[in-house]
Amino acid sequence: MEMIWDGIRQAFQLIFGADADVWEITLLSLQVSGLATSISLFIGLPLGTWLALGRFRGRGLSLSIVNTGMALPPVVVGLVVSILLWRSGPLGDLRLIYTPAAIIIAQTIIAAPVVTGLTAAALQQLDPRLRLQLLGLGASRGQMVLALWREARLPLLAALMAGFGSVISEVGASMMVGGNLRHQTRVLTTAIVLETGKGEFARAIALSIILLVLAFLVNLALTEIQQRSARP
Amino acid sequence: MTPFLEVSDLVMHRSGIQVLAVNHLAVESGQTLAVIGPNGAGKSTLLLALAGLLSPAEGGIRIQGQAIQSKNLLAHRRRIGLVLQDALLLDTSVFNNIASGLRFRGLPKAEVKRRVSLWASRLGIAHLLNRPARRLSGGEAQRASLARAFALQPELLLLDEPFSALDAPTRSRLLSELHDLLAETRLTTVFITHDLDEALMLGDQVAVLLEGRLRQVGTPEQVFAAPSDSDVAAFVGVETIIPGQVVASQDGQVFIEAHSQHFEAVGEIDPGRLVYVCLRPEDITLWQKEVSSVPRSSARNRLTGQISRMTQQGPLVRVVVDCGFTITALVTRSSTQEMGLAEGSQVEATFKASAVHLIGR
Repeated sequence: MEMIWDGIRQAFQLIFGADADVWEITLLSLQVSGLATSISLFIGLPLGTWLALGRFRGRGLSLSIVNTGMALPPVVVGLVVSILLWRSGPLGDLRLIYTPAAIIIAQTIIAAPVVTGLTAAALQQLDPRLRLQLLGLGASRGQMVLALWREARLPLLAALMAGFGSVISEVGASMMVGGNLRHQTRVLTTAIVLETGKGEFARAIALSIILLVLAFLVNLALTEIQQRSARP
Repeated sequence: MTPFLEVSDLVMHRSGIQVLAVNHLAVESGQTLAVIGPNGAGKSTLLLALAGLLSPAEGGIRIQGQAIQSKNLLAHRRRIGLVLQDALLLDTSVFNNIASGLRFRGLPKAEVKRRVSLWASRLGIAHLLNRPARRLSGGEAQRASLARAFALQPELLLLDEPFSALDAPTRSRLLSELHDLLAETRLTTVFITHDLDEALMLGDQVAVLLEGRLRQVGTPEQVFAAPSDSDVAAFVGVETIIPGQVVASQDGQVFIEAHSQHFEAVGEIDPGRLVYVCLRPEDITLWQKEVSSVPRSSARNRLTGQISRMTQQGPLVRVVVDCGFTITALVTRSSTQEMGLAEGSQVEATFKASAVHLIGR
């Protein structure tokens, strides 16, 4: 018990003592997961919309694949991305392995199916006649999609939150493709694993608290936006 | 002259099954066509095809001679106003809802504001413009939906049972207001309904759609007084429809003049209003004039005429009487035999004031 309290006390010292290492790791985590979530949004929003509104053969199968992808194990993603980016791998010439870019790629692969699947579900919950009404009002296809996104803005923000949550907290893929290199690819989750392995529980607790607070603050901001939209 | 809207050899499929086949249908500019039929008759499919939201399997639709094609769908949809059964408002303010179609067309802000204000005011919802659409009642929502369509100043207005989800008093008020708006704007309109009163009130022409086929098109008087076949007759029910005008109204009794005849009905309608006097054939009693004088009874309406046609329908006979206009009565075969009724016989027809159904026109 004493160890935990000691850990929490040290954590606050690290956080408020402006420990350069801790802030570097925190900033990198935010940058990497933020960018991965943004890319996932660019991929997932149109793809989820196409799956929700499109009428094509294999649509059901595609949705099933995306839904399966929502539960993609990060270590499997880490393994596949490692193989692809390995020096002797098919994309080895890009020299991305053990760089933040590799982590962004892996996290995007994890978050994109989450955003895609939840976008499709959000749009499918809307009254299908709304599409006819919008087209009947003279909306072009693009205007119709924008209007539908606006109608589904609450569940779409939830999709964004779920996407961010899935990557800010994952460790397996980041460890495998980033290598947890100090000052280069060390993010909060990989640092926690490292510090715990070294028996530096205070530092691990400090990083965990930062991770939790970070996740809380991002979700608080998104929830605030979401609930503001929901107010009558 | 080319009709404003023309449908030719239209065949529509839904899920691979043919649900609609219309050989020919035309609507003149400024006219309202009421399309009536039971649920599942293909009415909404027809409307969605007219809106360019469903593609025909065969045939085509022309607006002012121009065919609706995939290459001009957006342009076509921007010439129409569409109101569906449910208001389907967006989750935003009433103002933004009415403005939505105008913004899709890229109209300047000032023009958007002017038209939204104008039509919100016309539909009696100007005080609701800042209210979230989701907090409107059913009637208010449908008013917003109508304002949204009228604000577009469409060339063709398409209405798909817009009042069917509303309570009777709200429906009646909105129907009356829509009638006045259509009369004022002379907007070419296709109005889908399964309600005969609505069709009579709004339709310059009535088209009867049964089991995916257009069975009759004509003026309300033609369709209701002379159904083309027994299916249409069974659907429309009311077979006597006489245009008239209310001349007086007192103590719940309404006095109507039509074709120089006087009718009495029950209701509260202001004098001067133009109405249709509607009668169901089973509510009319026939008396053979040559055999007996009509005894005193509680029936307030009496007409004299000559039988012009008798059609047997199982145990019943449909008797059409020419009184200067036609009325249709349904009597048993044994009655016609006992009374010796035949085509050419002089008869008196009576019916109670409460049997007269008045519909504004």
